[in-house]
Amino acid sequence: MLEIKNLHANVVSKPILKGLNLNIAPGEVHAIMGPNGTGKSTLASTLAGRNGYEVTKGDIVFEGEDLLDMEPDERARAGVFLAFQYPVEIPGVTTINFMKSAINARRKAEGEAAIKASEFMAEMKKNLELVEINQEFMKRSVNVGFSGGEKKRNEIFQMAMLNPKLCILDETDSGLDIDALRVVSEGVNAMRSKERSFLIITHYQRLLDYIQPDFVHVMYNGKIVKSGDKSLAKKLEDKGYDWIKEANA
Amino acid sequence: MTRDEAIIKKHTEDGYKYGFTTDIDQERAEIGLNESTIRFISDKKNEPEWLLDWRLKAYDIWKKMENPDWAHLNIPVIDYQSISYYASSKKKKYKSIDEVDPEILKTYEKLGIPLEEQKMLAGVAVDYVMDSDSVFTTFKEKLSEAGVIFCSISEAVKEYPDLVKKYLGSVVPQRDNYFAALNSAVFSDGSFIYIPKGVRCPMELSTYFRINAENTGQFERTLIIADDKSYVSYLEGCTAPKRDENQLHAAVVELVALEEAEIKYSTVQNWYPGDKDGKGGIYNFVTKRGICEGNRSKISWTQVETGSAITWKYPGCILKGNNSIGEFYSVAVTNNKQQADTGTKMLHLGSNTRSRIVSKGISAGNSSNTYRGQVLIGPNAENAYNFSQCDSMLMTDRCGAHTYPYLDIKNNSAQVEHEATTSKIGEDMMFYCNQRGLSDEEAVNLIVNGFCKEVFNELPMEFAVEAKKLLEVSLEGSVG
Repeated sequence: MLEIKNLHANVVSKPILKGLNLNIAPGEVHAIMGPNGTGKSTLASTLAGRNGYEVTKGDIVFEGEDLLDMEPDERARAGVFLAFQYPVEIPGVTTINFMKSAINARRKAEGEAAIKASEFMAEMKKNLELVEINQEFMKRSVNVGFSGGEKKRNEIFQMAMLNPKLCILDETDSGLDIDALRVVSEGVNAMRSKERSFLIITHYQRLLDYIQPDFVHVMYNGKIVKSGDKSLAKKLEDKGYDWIKEANA
Repeated sequence: MTRDEAIIKKHTEDGYKYGFTTDIDQERAEIGLNESTIRFISDKKNEPEWLLDWRLKAYDIWKKMENPDWAHLNIPVIDYQSISYYASSKKKKYKSIDEVDPEILKTYEKLGIPLEEQKMLAGVAVDYVMDSDSVFTTFKEKLSEAGVIFCSISEAVKEYPDLVKKYLGSVVPQRDNYFAALNSAVFSDGSFIYIPKGVRCPMELSTYFRINAENTGQFERTLIIADDKSYVSYLEGCTAPKRDENQLHAAVVELVALEEAEIKYSTVQNWYPGDKDGKGGIYNFVTKRGICEGNRSKISWTQVETGSAITWKYPGCILKGNNSIGEFYSVAVTNNKQQADTGTKMLHLGSNTRSRIVSKGISAGNSSNTYRGQVLIGPNAENAYNFSQCDSMLMTDRCGAHTYPYLDIKNNSAQVEHEATTSKIGEDMMFYCNQRGLSDEEAVNLIVNGFCKEVFNELPMEFAVEAKKLLEVSLEGSVG
């Protein structure tokens, strides 16, 4: 599904990613952990194609296509979804309108007709239940006046609505209370399938109590320095990141 | 939607909005402006003596005035002696639509304007406008049943001289400003509306339904009077970019709301803005003002301004009646080399008067977009309240947005609130939309429509849909 080879990327001409390699097969859940400032979120933004994240070397192949050749919206329509660490507010645009526009943009690109109102409403209802959000909130402007937890639930809701192939969660767990964490995790677990893959970026191990990853990677200084199964996450929780830092000093 | 489908849709679903044109054979006034030009105009229109005198007085005033230079606008020198002040209805017409600038036709198509209407707007000779007679007749009948007067101002001068004489110039006097004086001297035509006491006008009144609306563009004069406890909603303008051979437009609109009356005035202005380099384009100098004469009356202005090379326009309210309300909702979009200096004046004279100003400016290209608003609280305006919100959005690094709020408060019991924001269209907002699969174009439309929502909500439904579409077309390819 996703092959990242020797990825180097700069942010404001400063090298952040320095030769990162990662392969994700369909249906797999990968967690990326690591200390602050090692490039975890840069990886997420680079995959999504954010402006200002400049790839200087390496390749990213997604579903057999060169991802770096694609604009951010093309990547999204091809099935890459990024759940934002800081979801953006869009005043005056209702969540319902935002979602409809996003779904119809995909359909338009595929040459399909716009989604039927009844079909949309059914999907919406189902996915709102998944993240335990009241239907009323669809009429509010996207993320405006939402609490931190509501914003993150909204990200998972959107993810469910858009049916992506690759879901990237950028520190979705940060700032969540235990209830929101449970809801978000249950949403993700409900979406796991043989075809869909996840890349979960987190600073803390606690999210992985709820979402069982197939692989855990430790990122340090712009690279993946250690990979393992979920026991690696436990080890990080017990021992912290210092032993990683020392080993890679 | 193909063009044919669009035509069918317009005719089957949209009700009707073609113009009603007849070619009246009239000669032009000689180029230039002097007393005899004004006599010529007045004579052509068979006007009574008092109106001729009124025009001549305005001309005298105008001669002594100077072009205003206080706006944040770069106005080229206008040679008033090289303009024809009585454009006859015999405009230069194209023989067929193939002669029209393809760029303009493309825009018409994007806006979904039917072919027949496209021809009319572009100035192609149209022999017959379908369906017009029957629609127009039903429309007229309905209004006259309600006792509503809706006619051209020339007709009103003949049929309702007392009303015209009483109110013409009562809100915007001849000496109000340079362009109002010019308009008073040479106004061509415009709408006249009178809503009798206690009548709620049974439909939204629109210029689309007025005979010869086409010819009244240059120096239009509109007068609307809402008698006690009446209500009217008036729609002016057209979303289609209308070409006009006259570069200078100086319209005057006067609204009078008597006791407990309400007037809602909505405008979509999309005159030709000139090309990408700023060549051509209409100069639009408009004076619009309403007076809440009676207690508990209300006047609400809503405007969507996307056209014209230069826009100079401050629709305002004189809140004279106690407990009267004035509102101003505006979206002004400038692109390429367009310049707009627009806003409102809220003059609180009566007690417990309230006003609300919501202005949304969007600047793209190399354009300049200015909000200028005055809130005056007079010494007798006890407990007056004003809320102003002025937001500007910049689409590029090359455009400008300016906000000039003037507050003049002469009564201590007043409560005045002002909020203003200026922001570049957010990279983070764009990326968020892109990441959900929306193209740049789709993202801009969504964000801009959200930004303007409060104003669009004030527009009558059908107008709001058109206005949204208009914004999309106006801002095409503008992010940078």
